[in-house]
Amino acid sequence: MTGLPKQRRADAFQQSQRGTEEPPIIKWILISIALLFCAVFLFLPLVNVLAQAFSKGVAYYWESLANPDSWASIRLTLLVAIISVPLNVGFGLAAAWAIAKFEFRGKSLLITLIDLPFSVSPVVAGLMFVVLFGLQGFFGQWLDAHDIKIIFAVPGIVLATMFVTFPFVARELIPLMQATGTDQEQAALTLGANGLQTFWYVTLPSIKWGLIYGIILCNARAMGEFGAVSVVSGHITGLTETMPLRVEKLYNEYNAPAAFAVASLLALLALLTLGVKTWLEWRQTRNFAKAQLIQEPVLDSNGAGSSRPA
Amino acid sequence: MAQKKFNALPGFGLTLGFTLFYLSALVLIPFAGLLIRACELSWGDFWNLATTPRALAAYKLTFGASFIAAIANALFGTLLAWVLVRYEFPGRRFIDAIVDFPFALPTAVAGLTLSSLFAANGWLGRYLVPLGIKGAFTPLGVVIALTFVGMPFVVRTLQPVLQDLEREVEEAAATLGASRLRTFVSIIAPMLFPPVLTGFALAFARAIGEYGSIVFISGNRPFKTEIAPYLIVMRLEEYDYKGAIALAVVLLVFSFLLLGIINLLEQWSSRFQH
Repeated sequence: MTGLPKQRRADAFQQSQRGTEEPPIIKWILISIALLFCAVFLFLPLVNVLAQAFSKGVAYYWESLANPDSWASIRLTLLVAIISVPLNVGFGLAAAWAIAKFEFRGKSLLITLIDLPFSVSPVVAGLMFVVLFGLQGFFGQWLDAHDIKIIFAVPGIVLATMFVTFPFVARELIPLMQATGTDQEQAALTLGANGLQTFWYVTLPSIKWGLIYGIILCNARAMGEFGAVSVVSGHITGLTETMPLRVEKLYNEYNAPAAFAVASLLALLALLTLGVKTWLEWRQTRNFAKAQLIQEPVLDSNGAGSSRPA
Repeated sequence: MAQKKFNALPGFGLTLGFTLFYLSALVLIPFAGLLIRACELSWGDFWNLATTPRALAAYKLTFGASFIAAIANALFGTLLAWVLVRYEFPGRRFIDAIVDFPFALPTAVAGLTLSSLFAANGWLGRYLVPLGIKGAFTPLGVVIALTFVGMPFVVRTLQPVLQDLEREVEEAAATLGASRLRTFVSIIAPMLFPPVLTGFALAFARAIGEYGSIVFISGNRPFKTEIAPYLIVMRLEEYDYKGAIALAVVLLVFSFLLLGIINLLEQWSSRFQH
C-alpha cells in the first residue's frame, strides 16, 4: 500500500499548483497545436527533401550528384567556404580582441556597423558589388582594361559570400570576450608571456567553444547563400554555379529529382550544423551546472555559509 | 577610463586597424558605392524609377506578405515558446533543438521543398488544393515561405524571458482569486508583449529582404507574385542599373527604419525586466 500516499501526495501537489497551471485539456490542446505546426513547418519540409531526392531511386541520386556540372558546383561551394570562412574568422578574432579588451571612442558605432550586413537584403548586397565591379561600375572599366574578372566570376561570389557572413564570428565572440575580462591576460603578461602566447594559451582556450559555434554558423550560411551570390555569379554552369544556384538551375530545367539530390546535401549540412550547435549548447549548460556545484562548497569554506547554524 | 590606464594588453592598434580595414573594404566601400550611385539620380528620376506600377505591386506584396508572416510567427512563436518552456512532453528537447532548422537550412532548399509540398501533387497540396488552398505559385506561397524563414525569431527572443518569469507573481494572482485566464491576460501577457514585439520586428525585417526561398514558391509573375528583391534582380538582368538601385534604396531605408525600431524595442523590453 506504499503507492497510495505517493499518489495522494502527487494529487496534493497538483492541487497546490492549480492556480499557476492551465487545466490539462488546454495544456494538451496547446501542445498539439505546437506539434502540428512543427510537423508542417519543420519535419515535412525536411523529410520531403530526402523523399524527393530518392524518388527515382538510389542509382539516379548518385548519378545526379556525380554529374560533372553538379560536382563542379559542390567543389565551388567548398572553395568559397574555404576562402571566406577563415577570413571572417580572422576578422572576428581581431574585432573581438579590439572591442572586448580595450576602451575607445566610437565602440558602439563600430559594433552597429559590424552588424550592418545582417539588415541588408542579400540581393541588395550582391547589387553593391555589381555597382563597384560591374562593367558599368566604379572600377568596371579599369578591371576590364586589365582583364580582371570579378563580377560573373569566382572572386565576386567569394566577396558576396564574405559580405553576408561577415558578422557571424565577431558577433559570437564579442560578448564572450567581454564577459571574461582582461585579468587572466594581464596575469599572463606579467608572468612574461608575449602577446601571441597570451592569446594562444590564455584567450583562445576560454573562447574556444564560442569560436566553434560562430564558425559553424558562418560556414552554414557561406555554403547556403543564394540571393547575394545569385546576383554576382552570372549562372555559368560548371564555372560560377554554387550548390544553391545549381539547385535552382536543375529545378528550372524540370529535373526536380536532381535538384533535390543537390539540395539533400545542403539539408544534411543544415542538420549537421544544428547537431553541433545543440551539442555545444548542451555542453555549456552542463558545465554551468557543474561549475555551480563546485562553487558552493568553496563559498562555504570561505565563511560565506558559516552563519548557518551548525 | 581608469581601466585604460592599467591595460597592458598588446595588439590594440593592430587588431583595431585590421578590423577597420576589413570593415571598410568589405562593407563600407560597397555601401558607399551604392549610395553615391543613388545620389547621382535626380529626385524626379528616383521617384519615377521607384514608383513604377510594377514596383508598387512588388512593394505591396513584399510588405503585405512579410507583415502577415510576421503576425503568424508572433502567434505560433509565442505558443511554441510557451509550450517548450512550461510543459514537459515527449520530444520536447528534440523540438527545442530543431526550432533553429529554418536558420540553418539554405533558403534555396527551403523554397524548393516548400513549393513541392504545397504543389497540387505534393504531400500537403494534394489535400489542400482541392479545398481551394493553393500554396504554390500564389501570394499565399510567399507568406508560407516567409513564415518558415522567420519562425525561430519570436521563439528564441521569448524563451529566455519566459524562463526568467517569476512564478510567484502568478501564484499571488491565483491566491487573490484570479482565474488562470485573468492571470494570463493581466499579468503574463503584458510581460511577454515587448519580447514578442521584438521577435515580430526581427521576423518582419528578415522577411522584407528574403529572396532565396520565395523564388521557388511564388512563380515570380509581375504584378501578381513578384516580390521587390526579385524585381531588383530583373532590373539588373535588363541592365537597368538605375532602376535596380532605386528599388534597393527603398528596401534599405525600410530595413534601417526597422533596425532603429528593433533597437528601441530591445531597450524597452530590457527595461521591463529589471
